[in-house]
Amino acid sequence: MSHNESLSSSSPTAKGVTGFIQDWSADKQTYQVPWGKAMMWIFLVSDTFIFSCFLVGYMTVRITTTEPWPLATEVFALSIFGSDPIPLVLIAIMTFILITSSGTMALAVNYGYRKDKKKTVMLMLATAALGASFVCMQAFEWTKLISEGVRPWGNPWGAPQFGSVFFMVTGFHGLHVTGGVIYLLIIARKVSKGHYDKKGFEIVEITGLYWHFVDLVWVFIFAFFYLL
Amino acid sequence: MASAEGQQHPLGIYLKIWVLLFVLSLFSYMVDYLHVQGSLRWTLVLLFMALKAGFIMAIFMHVKWERMALALTILGPPSVLLLLIFFMAVEGNYTESARVEYFGQDANQEPEHVVHH
Repeated sequence: MSHNESLSSSSPTAKGVTGFIQDWSADKQTYQVPWGKAMMWIFLVSDTFIFSCFLVGYMTVRITTTEPWPLATEVFALSIFGSDPIPLVLIAIMTFILITSSGTMALAVNYGYRKDKKKTVMLMLATAALGASFVCMQAFEWTKLISEGVRPWGNPWGAPQFGSVFFMVTGFHGLHVTGGVIYLLIIARKVSKGHYDKKGFEIVEITGLYWHFVDLVWVFIFAFFYLL
Repeated sequence: MASAEGQQHPLGIYLKIWVLLFVLSLFSYMVDYLHVQGSLRWTLVLLFMALKAGFIMAIFMHVKWERMALALTILGPPSVLLLLIFFMAVEGNYTESARVEYFGQDANQEPEHVVHH
């Protein structure tokens, strides 16, 4: 940390393009953020490429196949209490749950910087609980589709790649959510035990970056896989 | 130095963006629910998606308030993906046309309707 401070004490303060040039050309640390935050961003950029590979691969098989693509709006319809099937209803609920969890996470970061530990921990636990419920719904969705005969190599309604894309993309995203829930629980516990009282609460923001990224990926999956 | 105290902003902006994200999600769901089809569907879904992604990154992930050196590190490399998307779309269309032309496959089949039980 003393390393950080000695570097930032003489840091350039210009903003915009001038600041950009100063940050890169000065003979010192480029990113004027805690190293953990810079590293989380580097990780998220690399993770962006992984998810992009999946989504671009999905686009390619969907364009190339001459077999009809199954209608997502019908595949993911669900009847609730014996109603007519409501299109995409569970996916919509999952989307709202993830947005809600992003909101609670943003508030947790805010209260962390206000040093309100109790609210920070409660909001992080709420975020983790919402994330866990998201994973449970995803597991339900998988179970339902598997029981209807969707497999990575085929399905009853059209192009076989539908199943492989569905299981790979939502599975990889679900894995990220699961990892995020564990990460949140670990950090929330450490916050409540006073680990960061002296170090500062950047760690909550770093955890938040990961969580918002998981929500961000879902925005793209929701649009490209479920809606288009 | 701003980053020593971290990203501190009034609560109100988070709450406003939160509500906005809900509304945008609702809009994109309504596109499907109301069976909007064709190019209007694509336009609306992509528009709401871009707005949601933009607000999450700019406000919730604080990119709006970061120094340009970090913001461009985050946004620069992924923007090259647009080229990959373009190339793969061109290549994909070629593959599909080859399958139609040389293998006689029918690219205009209707998907089976889904019956849940």
